Amino acid sequence: MIQILLWAPLAAGLLACALPRALVPVPPVLTAVIRLGLVIYVVANFNPSLGLQHTVNESWIPALGVRYQLGVDGISIFLVLLTSVLWLASTIWSTVNRPERERTWFLMLGLAETATLGAFLAQDLILFVLFFDLMLIPFYFLFGSWGTEHPGRPEEGEGPIRPQPAVIKMIVYTLVGSLLMLVGAIATGILAANGGPIDFNIQHLAAHPLGSGSQYWIFWFFAAAFLVKMPAFPLHAWMPDAYRVAPLPALALFSGVLSKVGAYGFLRVVLPVFPAATTHFQEVILIIALVSILYGSVMAYTQTSARLILGYSSVAQLGFITLGIFSLRPDGADGAVLQMVNHGLVVAPLMLIAVVLVARAGTDDITKMGGLAIRAPVLAALFLVATMALLAIPGSSNFIGEFYILNGIFQAKIVFAFIAAIGIAMAAYYALRLYQHAMHNRKPDGIESREVGFMDGAVIAALVACIVALALYPGLILHRADHSTAASVAASRQAAPTQVAER
Amino acid sequence: MTFNAPHIDYSGLSPVIALTAGIVVVLMVGLLPRIGRFTVAGLTIAVLAVTAARCIIEWNTNENLVAGALRLDAFGLAATLIACTAAAIVVLLSIREPAAEEAGFGAFYALLLGSVLGMTLIAQAQNLVAFFVALELLSIPLYVLCASARRHESSLESGLKYLIIGSIGSATLLYGFALLYGASGSTDFSGIAHALGPGGKGNDTLVLIGTAMVLTGLAFKTSVAPFHQWTPDVYQGAPTPITAFMAVATKAAAFIALARLFEVALGPIAHDWKPALAALAVASIAIGNIGALGQDSLKRLMGYSGIAQAGYMLAGVVVATETGLKALVFYLAAYVLMNLAVFAVIVARERETSQGDHIEAVAGIGRSRPLLAWPLTIGMLALAGIPGTSGFMGKLFLIEATVDGGYTWLGVVIVVGSMVSLAYYLRVVAAMWMRTDPGAAPAAMPAIAGGSPEADAAHPKGTGRCVLIAGSALVCAAATVAFGVAPSPLIDWASHAASSLATTI
Repeated sequence: MIQILLWAPLAAGLLACALPRALVPVPPVLTAVIRLGLVIYVVANFNPSLGLQHTVNESWIPALGVRYQLGVDGISIFLVLLTSVLWLASTIWSTVNRPERERTWFLMLGLAETATLGAFLAQDLILFVLFFDLMLIPFYFLFGSWGTEHPGRPEEGEGPIRPQPAVIKMIVYTLVGSLLMLVGAIATGILAANGGPIDFNIQHLAAHPLGSGSQYWIFWFFAAAFLVKMPAFPLHAWMPDAYRVAPLPALALFSGVLSKVGAYGFLRVVLPVFPAATTHFQEVILIIALVSILYGSVMAYTQTSARLILGYSSVAQLGFITLGIFSLRPDGADGAVLQMVNHGLVVAPLMLIAVVLVARAGTDDITKMGGLAIRAPVLAALFLVATMALLAIPGSSNFIGEFYILNGIFQAKIVFAFIAAIGIAMAAYYALRLYQHAMHNRKPDGIESREVGFMDGAVIAALVACIVALALYPGLILHRADHSTAASVAASRQAAPTQVAER
Repeated sequence: MTFNAPHIDYSGLSPVIALTAGIVVVLMVGLLPRIGRFTVAGLTIAVLAVTAARCIIEWNTNENLVAGALRLDAFGLAATLIACTAAAIVVLLSIREPAAEEAGFGAFYALLLGSVLGMTLIAQAQNLVAFFVALELLSIPLYVLCASARRHESSLESGLKYLIIGSIGSATLLYGFALLYGASGSTDFSGIAHALGPGGKGNDTLVLIGTAMVLTGLAFKTSVAPFHQWTPDVYQGAPTPITAFMAVATKAAAFIALARLFEVALGPIAHDWKPALAALAVASIAIGNIGALGQDSLKRLMGYSGIAQAGYMLAGVVVATETGLKALVFYLAAYVLMNLAVFAVIVARERETSQGDHIEAVAGIGRSRPLLAWPLTIGMLALAGIPGTSGFMGKLFLIEATVDGGYTWLGVVIVVGSMVSLAYYLRVVAAMWMRTDPGAAPAAMPAIAGGSPEADAAHPKGTGRCVLIAGSALVCAAATVAFGVAPSPLIDWASHAASSLATTI
């Protein structure tokens, strides 16, 4: 079943290429609906105490000990759910608003989903790295081929941003990390085997950690890959350009799901496999997370492009998630998992709303927007709910997620908790600013206040409904994830660097 | 006095015999009046097929031939198989090539076969003299083939440059051989290894200088930096099918021969040449990848990319383990397929547009010619080492070999090189998919480096879409993806080849 889940998107994309133009979106939409049903079935029957479930284990490259191993546990299951929901939304969105060259579009969308799901499902380190690298290629095409030139910020002397250089910058940046991770993964396998048969199973590697000296350098190979992907503060330079040129339906997926793969990688790989390095470098990563929160919040408040506000807010939010993970406490990690799903569910509809806004205003500059709410009450309402969730208003699921994270970090490193709390207040500033500038204020000339189209509105409303549902019942995630996150942080909690013998 | 006729193992020599006979037949048939180009090409492919079939039959053999001058083993046969595959595709690519027409199809294909014969021999050679003769047999037809577009100034220039640089390389190599012979007193690989072995002349100055000169000579042939300067020029000037042949087959044969020479004959002094080879690998990766960045000519770009790729492959030799050799053979096979996919598309676009090998020639073909765009895309992504292609698997094995052999830092250099390489490989991909086809409008002729008016007049423009070329590109690209998803058959093949050499050591 998990196999169908993984490969159906790619198969549907390939099938779509062979169909006449009118029927192209049929296989992607159909499989996306079926897959969502499958995932819900898996979630409903998920047994939190069993650990890894629905496993697949086949020999793949025997010469290298690489196996085709898949499985879901309490962490990945919800990210798979998030992926399915967002991809369904984006697929329906692109069915309603057909892009040009739709065959290639749907093929790339399918390939992207397969790669993303593969990264969440893979239980073999090399397989994980493979899917992690592969994710980038469809997004290269999606951003590069369907991207649009952005005027930049002429008032600050910044010229127009063209899609191609922006995308190549993104690819080179992200691959810097992920290819180093490949070396790190191979080194982990070989050093762990110590002359014996090589095995890349993540759980087996976690059971027999490397010596702390090896862990220290390999840790950074992995951390670089994940921090770039998120992006975290010093490694985010690809983000502003790429976010401004990307086609928004694809950017909704990128920002909603792909940034989470980095955080997921920390939980899945780094914490269990490199426990000594994790405790050793805990504070360094915490500082990076903290700086990301503050920097992202400040930048989000000063930007005028709606895309960049959302982009920098993601930097800040991912900072919170990293903070939760590196509190190395189960409650912090629980909150991080919840927050990953929350953020995905919030940022995707906001990106789609941005499409609607841009269509009405002709620009993504919020200082040139205004008054859009006058004749669009439904749009305004949907936007408002998503904004409130973004700023983590009490009662929203984001509030619970951030509460858990802060609770975790408060007990681990109290200073960090105090500073991070500032970030929550700043989120209210930039989120409300985005909403007010776009929807309220006086309406400038030349901007048409129009209600959102029925199908577009339905897609956004469905996503907003998910936000509300999760706000009412966050236990859906917290109960089921609890066991797995505890297992993930357990190794690091126990590993004092001195206990691990140097190899 | 009785005369003992030497024992000749005809079965073991059969690939060589098939090629030699094939050269004669193809040359003669080409001279016959009223012989179409397809007949000669078909005959050439038949010769290559017979050779390949003989290689497959002899695949499990491990024995010395011709009084120990040649070694018949899977390692050497792997080079022959790679060269035959490459040559067969190059024949398909060159069927409508003006250069082949000018040179005469019989001569053109006979020279090609001659070069394949040289590759077969050099990959099997385990005697310095045989090695050198085979190297010349490999090179001299290539000098001529490079210059075969006789009315094309850049082709003549390319041939001459290659001849001069190649001769310097050969001379250096020969000098090195002489020193090695002087120090060890033997021309046989096993004899040299014995002389250099424990308690031998491992630290003899003559040996070290000789090794350095041999390495330099071979670095010229394999276009390893800093002996690479000829590569972009020669690649750009030569007729494109020949460029493709040089880029893949010569590289494969030369690397197999280099590995055999260093692992078998110079194995005892591995600790001396390992750092040198590692330094050359790093230099190649750096210079190749940086040089390719600003190139607008696709053939020059592939030339620099080939230098970088040579650096990656050298890493497999550096570690001097069976894992390293396996990674090398695997990478060579994968490299041949992905490179040929790229070159086939370059040839096709040269015929279809007036842009030559300029990057503009492929602009917008994602929309207008998807069947050419996909192979080129896959080829470029594979060269960059993207998952899902055999290029990724090749890098995976190379990195595994470097980490396993204690050269983790070299693995890091490989991935850093790959990252830089993305910038130019993706530029080509971007040109294909993210731009519109300028050829739709009657485009003004841009200045192409190396283009000459006569040559353009000679080129029959827009001779139609060649099914054979697109077909070869698609087959190579499909194989690249197939070996990226299911690499096991190719791995088994490569590890058999690598282990067959290990029995010699």
